[in-house]
Order: sequence, then C-alpha cells, then structure tokens
Amino acid sequence: MINLELPKHLQDLQTLLRQFSNDGLRPLSRKYDDLEPKELPEELGPLSELLAAGRKQRSANNSAADNTDAESPAVRNGTNLGTVVGAAELCWGDPALFLAMPAIGLGNAAVEAVATPEQKQQWGELYAAMAITEPGCGSDSAAIRTTATLDGDEWVINGEKIFVTDGYRCKQVVVWASLDTELGKAAIKSFLVPKGTPGMTVTRVEHKLGMRASDTAQIVFDNCRVPRANLLGDPEIAKTAEARKKAFGGVMQTFDNTRPAVAAQGIGTARAALDITEALLRERGVELAYNREYAQLSALENDLYDLETEYEGARLLVLKAAWMADNRLPNSKNASMCKAKAGRMVNTVTLKCVEICGQLGYSKTELLEKLARDSKIIDIYEGTQQIQQLIVARQVLGKSSSELK
Amino acid sequence: MSAALFDLTPTEDQQMTQDMVRRFVADVMAPQARAADEAAALPAGFLDQVFELGFSFMPVPEDLGGAGEGRRPVSNVLLMENLAAGDLSMAVAALAPLSVINCLLDYGNRAQQERVFRVLNGSAFVPAALALHEPGVITDPRAPATTATKAGDGYVLQGTKSMVAFGPDARFILVTALLDDGVAAFLLDTDNETEGLSFQPEQYMGLRSLPLFQMTLDKVLLPATARLDEGFCIDGLLQRGRIAAAALATGTCQAVLDYVVPYVNERVAFGEPISNRQAVAFMVVDMATELEAMQLLNWRAAAQLEQGADCARAAYLAQRHASKYGMKIGTDGVQLFGGHGFIREHPLEMWYRNLRAVPLLGGLVLA
Repeated sequence: MINLELPKHLQDLQTLLRQFSNDGLRPLSRKYDDLEPKELPEELGPLSELLAAGRKQRSANNSAADNTDAESPAVRNGTNLGTVVGAAELCWGDPALFLAMPAIGLGNAAVEAVATPEQKQQWGELYAAMAITEPGCGSDSAAIRTTATLDGDEWVINGEKIFVTDGYRCKQVVVWASLDTELGKAAIKSFLVPKGTPGMTVTRVEHKLGMRASDTAQIVFDNCRVPRANLLGDPEIAKTAEARKKAFGGVMQTFDNTRPAVAAQGIGTARAALDITEALLRERGVELAYNREYAQLSALENDLYDLETEYEGARLLVLKAAWMADNRLPNSKNASMCKAKAGRMVNTVTLKCVEICGQLGYSKTELLEKLARDSKIIDIYEGTQQIQQLIVARQVLGKSSSELK
Repeated sequence: MSAALFDLTPTEDQQMTQDMVRRFVADVMAPQARAADEAAALPAGFLDQVFELGFSFMPVPEDLGGAGEGRRPVSNVLLMENLAAGDLSMAVAALAPLSVINCLLDYGNRAQQERVFRVLNGSAFVPAALALHEPGVITDPRAPATTATKAGDGYVLQGTKSMVAFGPDARFILVTALLDDGVAAFLLDTDNETEGLSFQPEQYMGLRSLPLFQMTLDKVLLPATARLDEGFCIDGLLQRGRIAAAALATGTCQAVLDYVVPYVNERVAFGEPISNRQAVAFMVVDMATELEAMQLLNWRAAAQLEQGADCARAAYLAQRHASKYGMKIGTDGVQLFGGHGFIREHPLEMWYRNLRAVPLLGGLVLA
C-alpha cells in the first residue's frame, strides 16, 4: 500500500536523534569548525558511545511488529531506511561532527563484510578508514597505482593515498592496492593495515573548505608489510574479462548501500539550513503557508518554495533507494540517482539560504555559512554527481562503460 | 500519525486496474493522440469507451448506484498518470466528470450527490466540468473575481470563467465564486440554469483536442440547493487539483522519456549513437531522476490526502515540481530530437505544448 510517511519506529528514532543533535552536536558546531583539529573532538567519543548504546537497545526492543505491515506483510522498513533516517537527523545537528564520528565510515563496513571472527578479535576495536583516492586518480578508481606484492607470507604495499577520511584518527586503514597494475580493475584488492605498522605513515592532514571537524589525511606506504590474511575478500585475480568485470562489480556494489546513506547527509544538512533560514524569516513576518498561487508570491517566498521542493524531491529519492535495498530490490540506479540529486540539492539549498539571509546568512553568527561550506563535499565524495549520472545513464540507456565513457 | 510502513507498492487492485488502463492507453489513446491534436477534437467514440471503463462509477457509494470504493486519491493518481501517458488532452476530458464526482463526495450533500451521480453514471458518458479558472493575468482562485450574491432563497452569480471543459455540453459545472468574504462553490445544472449563461470556445497552445470554453455568468440565478455546503474549503479543493496536475504531468513526462530513450540510442552522429555522449546522456538522466522525484512527491501528497492527513505542503510541492520539471522534460525532449523534435512528425512538440499547461491543470481535474 502506497505510503510515504515513516513508520512509528523511525519517527521515534528521528525524535530521539533530533534531540541528541540539538543538545549534543549543535553546541559544538562552531567550536570545531574554527579549530579544525587533527585529533578527535573529545566530546565525540562519549557521544558516539551514547548513540551505539541506543542502537543496541533499539535493536533488542525492535519487535517484528515494527518491521511488518498487516496490509502488506512482505514489506520491510529495515536497516537501510533506518540508516538514512538516522544519518539525516545527525547531519541536521552537524554534518562535520557526524562525519567525524568514529567507526561510521566505509572502512568499518568493508571489514565487517568479510573479516573472520579470529581476524576481528586480532584487530581489536574497529575504527577503520578507507583509502582509495590517489594523487593521480579519483573517480577512476580502477586506475590506482598503489601496489601490493606477495613476499612469503606477507603483502608488501607501496604507494600514496590522499583524502582519507579519518586517516589520522583511525586505528586501521583499509587500503585499495593493485596486485598487477597491468590487469586493471580485477587486480584491485583491499588490505587492512593497522596503525603503527612500519612503512605506513600519515604524511599530511588537510585544511579544508568545510567538514573541518573531520580529519582528512594523506598516507604513504613505503614497503609496508601486512600478513597474507589481511587481504579482505577473495585473493584470486579473475581470469576472464567477464569474471574481472564481475569481481570489480562486486567491489562497486558495496557502494549501492552506502550511496543513499551519503545522500542522506545532504538531506539532513539541507533541512538544517532551511530550518534556520525559515526561522530567521519568520521573525520578519515571512511564513510559508503552501497555499498561494505563483502570481501572489514574493521573490523570496518563491525561492523558498523552490528550495523546499528540491529538498523534498531529493529526500524521497533517498528513502526510495533505501526502501528498495531493505526489500531486496536491485537499487543501483536509484542509489546513484538519489546521490546525484541530493548532492546537488544540498549545495544549491545551503548556498541559496546564505544568499537569502543576506548579511546574517554570510556571517559566522549563524551556522548557514558553515553548512554552505560543509555541503560542497557531499556532491563530491562517494562518487561525484557526474559519476553518479554516468552510472544512472548506463542503466537508463542500457550502455556499457566502453560505449558511454 | 500512521503505524503503516513506508511502502511504494500499489495494492493488487491498483495493479490490476493499472494493467487494464495501460492496455486501453496503448490500444485506444496513444494511437489517436496526434490526429486528435490536429483535428482539435476528441476522437469519435472516445468518451463512450472511457465510460465503459467505469472509473466514474468506482468511488460512488453503492446506495447511490456506484461500486462503493470510496474516495481513493492514490488510485486516482495512478489512473491519471497512466491516462496522461497516453494523451494529456484526452486524459483531462476523460477525468473531468470524475473530478466533479470527487468534489461532491468531499463537499456535496446527499441530495447533490444523488442528483449528479445518477446522471453521470447513467448509460453513457455525460460531460461535467470544473470552472475554477478566470481569464486574465494575476488571477487568484482563492479570491475569484466571479461573485455570488444572496438573492431570496438562492444566489446570483456574476463573472467570467475560463478553461471550462466541454462548455455548453457539460451537464454539470462546478463554479467557484466570492460570497461575502469567502470562496463558495456552486453546482450548476445546465439543463435548468441557462438564463444568463453563455459560452465562447477558447483556443490554447496545447490541450487542443480538449474542448475548452470561456463561460460568462450574467446574473445567473441559482437555487440555495446549488451551493456545496458540506465543509467546502477552497484550499482543500486546490490541493486536490495540485495533486491531479502533478499526476497528469508525471504521465506525460513518462511518455516523453519512453520516446526519447530509443531515439538517442539509435540516432547516429559522428559515427556513434548520440547517447554515447555525456552531454546527451546526462540530459536523459536528469529527465529520469526528476520524473522519479515528481512521482514520489505526488504519491506522498495523495497518500496523505487518502489518510485524511494535512497534505497542503506535499501537494503544493508536488505541483511546483511538476510545473518546473514537467516543462523541463518537455523542452529537453524536443532538444534531444533537434530539428526532428520541432516538426509535427514526432509527438515531442505536442508534449512540449501540453506540458506548459501543468500549472493550470489543477483547475480542471481533481484527485
């Protein structure tokens, strides 16, 4: 049955996280944006423990009744929907502090997916960063130059990684390296490298436009040795072209579930900017009533309605992609669609909110200017808007990557 | 509000109806759309074929001769999407009487319902229409220039309406007018209230096969029983119109996308299909993305309306999105075909003209 409202258990989650965001994150927003610290903001440790405890309790309490519907018993509102709703609410609090929260990143997800119980035990508390991008390759992750060579029972890793979120603060790095750069995508594998492993050095921490509470590091691998078992997943290089395609496709599929979650950052960040803007304007008597004709609107109101439209469209695309994942429907196209739309939406919305609010919007008195700086990366990381469009295009038009480059 | 889950799956009934309507669209509507546009007339027999489908019959209570399905805005939206994918003008014509029925189910009293439903669900298609639009620029349906004045037991209506489907052929016309300081709605029965009523055919950029008229009300006297008095609320009416407009836009845009994809894959320039170029492919991606967003925005509004929740914001945003991106999809469709999109050989120029009507469609059809 068509219904686009969130079920009660997710509305409750929203309420809870909204309060957490308001009381826990907002008071820290300006401080850590100013500081741009290398180290983890001290308040974030306890705050993320609080979140983790809440998560645990909720999953214990979650009866089957929360996830099923008397009318359509087959429908699920599960982890994926919960994740996007949660990410959006926390980013409403502060997108940079959300990004800085330990252990929410891709690295952990990658390890959780393939590590054996023994490995997890051995590696200890997981706080893993994901190192993919290099100075010479970004979107084109098949072109990475970092290598891993087997020497006895160890992999020897050499290369340079940049833009590693959590790279400085993390406890492990999941690094993408090629077993044979001649073989392209199929030879790319990921390796877990614990911090302190000789040969892995954090050489630089970036200064950024936004997301300044989160650290972004450069990491150099110089004959860095890890045990053979630290290769995550299948060590074989696929032999045939078909198998190679499939192997890399498997790697990229990880992103089908994470793209909506990153898109959700855009949803929460945009909502924050809209809420602040609308509150400021309300003080000056501007109120959105959602009932007046185009010809009756002021330019300001017209802009605000436009932003609300963009926001709501992107939000529902994100929910759809997550809902599809929860219900085991292939969602690669929708995951990319929602990321492309949410990325450009959040950038448009936050920048326009600064413009609409004039002097105050531009000023550091309000968080609007910060959200407008934070938002830009959401349209870039986890696949730029243009890469997402490429993925959608190939699916809508039925094209291969050699036809539509 | 609701314990229901987030879900995008139509019910089994809705899916069955969709299958039926899609067959009708493919067999009857789409093949005749261009000729009807050229002729500026609905295809012969079309309205009776629509009547056979029986969707004006579905929401009407059983004791008033209907199927007793009740008000189903979500089902209406699916119906509107599907019909508009066949042809927008024909869809509006087909849906105009249902819109009057929907309005009466929401705001009409029992006697009004009885009178109208019996006629509209008789043995053949009977035209009925809404008269919400007024001629000119900067008109406002929430403050119409048409006035109603109490006169004895009844009302006198004075003013001019535009975009009235079927005009003099419409048996019932739902007219809005300013009464004291609020908007009231009146059910005009053209069999009885003809004194002072006149019609002039109108011509528009698109919607050409849909007969549209200007209606002049010169001291038209209506009985007290003509007024919709069961909690009539102009904002509620306009919300239903916005949802309908967005649904019609969604269907039309789906037709554009479905037509564009094979063409850009087949059309060769510089030795390869033009869709091998990002400049072309990304336009198609934006079409597909915004079409999805358009549908979701509107499904949310329709589901809220169906659940009796406040749908003001969702309906407003759905219509804004449909107006903006509906036209963008329409113009990009022509653009992707280049000169071939500009000539009448292809339906793109017709969709382009029709999609400019989206901001106005809420005055003609109600979800």
